[in-house]
Amino acid sequence: MSLLEKAFGKGSILLNQTAADWQQAVRLAGRGLEASGCTTTQYADAMIATILELGPYSVIAPGLAMPHARPDESVLHTGMSLVTLAKPVDFGSTNDPVRVVFALAARDHDKHLELLSEFAGKASDPDFVNSLLSCPTEAQIRTLIH
Amino acid sequence: MKIIAVCGAGIGTSVLLKMNAEKVLRSLNLDATVEAADLETARASRDAQILLTTPELVEKLQGLPSEVIAIEHVFDLGEIGDKLSAALL
Repeated sequence: MSLLEKAFGKGSILLNQTAADWQQAVRLAGRGLEASGCTTTQYADAMIATILELGPYSVIAPGLAMPHARPDESVLHTGMSLVTLAKPVDFGSTNDPVRVVFALAARDHDKHLELLSEFAGKASDPDFVNSLLSCPTEAQIRTLIH
Repeated sequence: MKIIAVCGAGIGTSVLLKMNAEKVLRSLNLDATVEAADLETARASRDAQILLTTPELVEKLQGLPSEVIAIEHVFDLGEIGDKLSAALL
């Protein structure tokens, strides 16, 4: 199993979700991190606060956001969650509209680097977002990120 | 030569920028170390020739001795290559 696949614990993948705006989308992704035991509820607030303060620089590719906040006590384990959106939302980024949200939680500044390297390998493929959206089940998503 | 890739938390966007900048530097045969850092660390550092970041954060990095380069698309190696070459060559 790849580090990337392992980063998505039980309950961390939420498909075809409805969010009214980007804050709700980030909150859903925060719920995925919480469900899989990576973070407490507060981490979603920290991700939203980071975007409100510094802008949507976590929207790193067309249609793809990777919200995150700094490592603090709300992070219990390094991991990721995924939300695919039934209807895209705008973050105010040049990469809008966003259709998939990968939240990232890291315990410190080092241990997730290999994980991010694997993620970068997938996310740099221009077809990645469409491939994710065409997966109707979590099992298919897991095959894609394997 | 030192380059710092910067984002607010120093764990996500900056790390992806660092990885892609390293790829580009290798292909251009340029010798530089790239570190990922949060805004505060980057602001406190005085020894980087270049700060690599996203357009949202350029304003927060003004007044430092380093040149600030904004990358619109973190995975666009062409854009990173063009902007780094313009600054370094």
